[in-house]
Amino acid sequence: MVRFSRRINRDKVFDVVITVIMLLIALLFLIPLINVLACSFSSPDSVVAGEVGLIPVGFTLDGYKDIFKEESLMRGFLNSLLYTFLGTVIQVSLQMLCAYPLSRKDFKGRRFLNIFLTLTMFISGGMIPTYLLISNLNMLDTMWAIIIPGCVSVFNIIVIRTYMSTSIPGELQEAARIDGCGDFQIFLKIILPLCRPIIFVMVLYAIVGYWNSYFNSLLYVQSTNLYPLQRVLQDMLVSNNSSLGNGDPNKAEQLKYVTIVISSLPLLVIYPFFQKYFEKGVVMGGVKG
Amino acid sequence: MTNIKEKEFNFSKEELIRKPKPRSLWSKWGLTLFLMALPTIIYIFVFHYMPLEGLIISFKDYNAIQGIWGSPWTSMNGFKYFYTFVTSPNFWTLVKNTLVLSILSIIFNSTLPIIYALFLNEVKYKWAKKTVQIIMYAPYFISTVVLVGILFILFRADTGVLTKMLVSLGFDSTSAMTNPKAFASIYVISGLWQGLGWWSIVYMGSLANVDPNLHDAAKIDGAGRFRRIFAVNFPSIVPLAIIMLIMSIGNILNVGFEKVYLMYTAGNSVSSEIISTYVYRVSFPTYGGIPQYSYATAIGLFNSVINIIILVSANFISKKVSDNSLW
Repeated sequence: MVRFSRRINRDKVFDVVITVIMLLIALLFLIPLINVLACSFSSPDSVVAGEVGLIPVGFTLDGYKDIFKEESLMRGFLNSLLYTFLGTVIQVSLQMLCAYPLSRKDFKGRRFLNIFLTLTMFISGGMIPTYLLISNLNMLDTMWAIIIPGCVSVFNIIVIRTYMSTSIPGELQEAARIDGCGDFQIFLKIILPLCRPIIFVMVLYAIVGYWNSYFNSLLYVQSTNLYPLQRVLQDMLVSNNSSLGNGDPNKAEQLKYVTIVISSLPLLVIYPFFQKYFEKGVVMGGVKG
Repeated sequence: MTNIKEKEFNFSKEELIRKPKPRSLWSKWGLTLFLMALPTIIYIFVFHYMPLEGLIISFKDYNAIQGIWGSPWTSMNGFKYFYTFVTSPNFWTLVKNTLVLSILSIIFNSTLPIIYALFLNEVKYKWAKKTVQIIMYAPYFISTVVLVGILFILFRADTGVLTKMLVSLGFDSTSAMTNPKAFASIYVISGLWQGLGWWSIVYMGSLANVDPNLHDAAKIDGAGRFRRIFAVNFPSIVPLAIIMLIMSIGNILNVGFEKVYLMYTAGNSVSSEIISTYVYRVSFPTYGGIPQYSYATAIGLFNSVINIIILVSANFISKKVSDNSLW
């Protein structure tokens, strides 16, 4: 009896200790972000002096007022909104449309299509052959070169297909067919509504992918007015060749923090709402492949 | 009256059983289904299979006027550029830099998320678990450009927050971003900062499915919490961990281009030039250099072939040793 209660006590202690440790680790991971946030509200001089820790020093909102005057950043922001919207619609529709036939056991070309898709996960032309193709398609320096290459992910199609064939009962589709539904109607009226969780996951992946994408624009786009946000950010944050701060170096340094906050905020605000779904999605992907 | 009633119930058996409409030839051949898949088929063909044609130029001296097929073959039966690459003074540095980054990443990225998941799984307070998870996912949603931007700011010479910390530990006050010795550590640690929470999702999912009976049995045998983590939970995620490991080994030479390219500075170039960034720099040289498309393609092809060989052998070994494999 005594030993038993001691065990319970030890369990309690273990619970508390492990919880505290994990919370501390999470806090540690959060510090860089809090620091960036604090700097974005601090005066340029204290930012450059490295005085700002987790709380703003010399609180000011000037950065947030001035950032809206940065034309290139605002253009990049709008461009990225457009690319993200178009790209997400195209990507998610193509993937859903292709996954459905693959999930149907009676689809004639299923085996061939499976191999046709899976092979692309192992072979690729590489940087230059793809570049030459984009150039031959006359897509260089257009917004389509940012949206289209890399738009469909075979891996995602496989995850969606698995979801469709494991969590939607085949009887449901059979019943719909008896009621006179064609294949496309079944897809629209039965499959899509039941696929809502996986659609959320795919939409989130697509939004994150497009909003943060950088590679396509680096390779295929030269006109600055087509630059997506990330490309503008590269000039500002990494290569330091922008007119940020109008020649005042301290101001420029502080505006960098504001830029980081503004550009990362949209995703950081939406992901908690999707959390339940993407956890499921990742687990499904992991189990599959 | 009776007459009408009789007539009302006078259906034949065939009429009573609802039969599906006979399927048209269109639907029998699955043409609708085919049309649904068609856009993706075209897309995959154009953007994944058509570039394969361009691989030919790695055996040729490509020029835009003669095109892919018209350009002349290179010497050494077309293998000139492969030979040039393998014998170039850069070759071993590139391979070494690529391998250092990928091996370090594989070691840390495939072990730490597991350890993290095993311990997070022990947190029994729901609110705490959820809070930790939400926070740990956040860095994953930050773009590579912003991540590298943050690194440059934190490691700013003299006044960067992390530079100050390093100075107090006895390092000099130049930016660590220009130090070739620090490159790999910064690359791996910042990668973990971004991915630790995200990569653990798979393992958390798998841990949620551990049979509670196993834990009860272990409890009766007198196993404590630690003991149960390593004797019950850990073995249950090993198969998954091995699959993930094979996949990352298969990508051993595919170190992400973006982050390394962005972290590249003149100061750290000794250790930050990897195969993929070299391909980019050969293809799109700055300051009016001549783009060497054929050479770049040859390097890329060389890279993929080695990758496939490594993937297949890793899978083969794992199949022999542990019965876990991708195919």
